[in-house]
Amino acid sequence: MDFFRTVADHYNYVITIFVMVAGLYIVTSRGNLIKKLVGLAIFQTSVYLLYIEPGKILGGTAPILHPDFTVYSNPLPHVLILTAIVVGVATLALGLALVVRINEAFGSIEEEEIIEKDRAP
Amino acid sequence: MEPIINMALLTMLAVVTVAIIGQRSLFGVVILASIYSFLIASVLVVLDAVDVAMTEASVGAGISTVLLLAALHLVKTIEVLPTQPRLPPLLVSALAGVTVIWGTLVLPPFGTADAPIHRHVVPRYIERSIEETNVPNLVSSILADYRGYDTLGETTVIFTAGIGVLLLLRGTRRRGHNDRAD
Repeated sequence: MDFFRTVADHYNYVITIFVMVAGLYIVTSRGNLIKKLVGLAIFQTSVYLLYIEPGKILGGTAPILHPDFTVYSNPLPHVLILTAIVVGVATLALGLALVVRINEAFGSIEEEEIIEKDRAP
Repeated sequence: MEPIINMALLTMLAVVTVAIIGQRSLFGVVILASIYSFLIASVLVVLDAVDVAMTEASVGAGISTVLLLAALHLVKTIEVLPTQPRLPPLLVSALAGVTVIWGTLVLPPFGTADAPIHRHVVPRYIERSIEETNVPNLVSSILADYRGYDTLGETTVIFTAGIGVLLLLRGTRRRGHNDRAD
């Protein structure tokens, strides 16, 4: 019973880390540049969860002050992650622009084909 | 009830992630990534982060998907599987995952009110926000007032990324015109 208690308490973190590791795996194992960027985005969103999960209080409410409520979830991680989401889409846009340029220069977005063409004299 | 909904949504999130790994059509990957973003937004609503959920639904599921589809319009849309062995990345990822999960075991249990994170500066924000900023939404008052410099830094990053995208893509259009002129 104790074991199940621990699992229930930390299930969020386990799934979050699984998603994070899946993002890492996509980035390192796949050669397609668009898929790499999607993997990077997955890694980023797992970090959002990792920040916001500890801020939740069970039985609490969203951090908007109202006389009917006294328990609010922690608003500070929300603020930090709002910034991170917007920065994430900015980096995604820059990455996609680079992919489009690479595709124009090499005619491919597969890492192995690009390296092959780059080495050819 | 809250932990059960949260667990169910997170399980769906893990399933979608596995589907993204296996999907080879890039259109499929982009649509699954959009579903993934909506699931994240739902999880964030359960976690009381309503402002973040709105941003994730509009920026993560909306703008990111549009950007990815626009890029797919210009490139090939089927992924070629790499010929390199896939075992080393799998091993490194699994090792990293196990290590970080081991690290999270000492974190306070999910949803406890007396965790250290809730005792630092946040009680002060909750007590004094109305008096000092006259804004009932704590996320707004912290974002725009107490931690306004964060947004200044964020604006700098977006400005730099915007200039980068413009510089990278401006050349594309000009060369396109030249090709047509030739």
